[in-house]
Amino acid sequence: MQKTYYDPADLRKFGKITEWSEELGNKFFEYYGKVFEEGALTAREKSLIALAVSHTEQCPYCIDAYTKDGLQRGVTKEEMMEAIHVGAAIKSGATLVHGVQMMNKVNKLDG
Amino acid sequence: MTKLKTQSLQKRESDLAQSNRQLEILSNGIFQNGELPTFKDKISETSQFPLKAKKLEILQINVGYMCNQVCEHCHVDAGPDRKEIMTRETMQQCLDVIKNSGAHTLDLTGGAPEMNPDFRWFVEEAAKVGIKDFIVRSNLTIIRANKKYYDLPEFFKKHNVHVVSSMPHWTRGKTDKQRGDGVFDKSIKALQELNAVGYGMPDSDLRLDLVYNPSGAFLPGDQMAMEKDFKKALIEDFNIQFHNLFAITNLPIARFLDYLIASENYEDYMYQLVEAYNPTAVANVMCTNTLSISWDGFLFDCDFNQMLELPVNSKSKHISEFNEELLEGRNIVISQHCYGCTAGAGSSCQGVVA
Repeated sequence: MQKTYYDPADLRKFGKITEWSEELGNKFFEYYGKVFEEGALTAREKSLIALAVSHTEQCPYCIDAYTKDGLQRGVTKEEMMEAIHVGAAIKSGATLVHGVQMMNKVNKLDG
Repeated sequence: MTKLKTQSLQKRESDLAQSNRQLEILSNGIFQNGELPTFKDKISETSQFPLKAKKLEILQINVGYMCNQVCEHCHVDAGPDRKEIMTRETMQQCLDVIKNSGAHTLDLTGGAPEMNPDFRWFVEEAAKVGIKDFIVRSNLTIIRANKKYYDLPEFFKKHNVHVVSSMPHWTRGKTDKQRGDGVFDKSIKALQELNAVGYGMPDSDLRLDLVYNPSGAFLPGDQMAMEKDFKKALIEDFNIQFHNLFAITNLPIARFLDYLIASENYEDYMYQLVEAYNPTAVANVMCTNTLSISWDGFLFDCDFNQMLELPVNSKSKHISEFNEELLEGRNIVISQHCYGCTAGAGSSCQGVVA
């Protein structure tokens, strides 16, 4: 039995999820592929968004995949790090904005 | 990050300087235990084995392995310490073949081809033949390496040479990581000088194309998208123009193989190549319309097979006994490195093929 929850080699097996639920798996991958096609946003822009979300979701497979994807598209490490900061800023902002709820509650209970 | 080496594998007496050692690595491990299919098995799935040479269109001549750079990814294992140089006698034999062959493209490569002492003589003589497309693969920095090379842009122009130059990225950091400190600045200066004599300008017949190959263990992205990004960055930052960008995949041989193994990326890289295998690209791989000639006149299916010392499968093995009829229809010699030319949109010295 594997000793860790994540194995980098598992990323290669992602496609196998269709084996246990073919229709849903295929629909997912079809949708996934479509999302990343060039559209109103460039494929490069989408790749950077995916990289930022990979970090906020803290998905190691996604981080590996979209770091490599970015390199393939010529994305620089500075661009990658800035994208991650955008994700981090939203994460911390999302935490801190709840501070207002705390303040409201304090003011109501003890104002 | 691995530090850029300053000597060839041969000079370092590395195991991997031996082509049979490289071929061994490419045949063993994941390809031997069945984890990944061999290239032969893969192309057999679509009945494309054996790969056969079609009509000869491109003659690629490697005039020597000497180079002023020691790039991390170099499949030639070129460098200042390599002494293999084509002689004028072999060049003359090549000229005789060029005159009589049906090839429409002549492609000079190296090392840095300009470092061959007979390079200019050869270009002058070859230009007289009037071949349709006459390419010189220039690493750019050679133009700024020494005073004696400063007039190369004018020389290329005089002989209507099509210049194809390597440029791994539009940023200094990524370029210098792959090609050595200071390469980016020199390359930019050289490109500006080529532009100044008319190379690469939108309506100019003086063709200037760039070659992009990834700076690490990943495949090139979409050629069109990369070209757009390169053009935007080079014009905005340096007022540089060029015609087309060729996106080329790094093949797992010589120094790139050494890098893949040292950085523990070899298996992942081979998986990437196999997963990106595109049977459509197989039909148009460059070995089917190209012949590669080594510095000592031997014939190969491509520059990569030349470096792996895999000669053509034909009775016509040397430029001195060149026979186009015998060579046409020959079986192409393959190994697992060939996956590099069939991944994604495919890869050749002229960029994507599918």
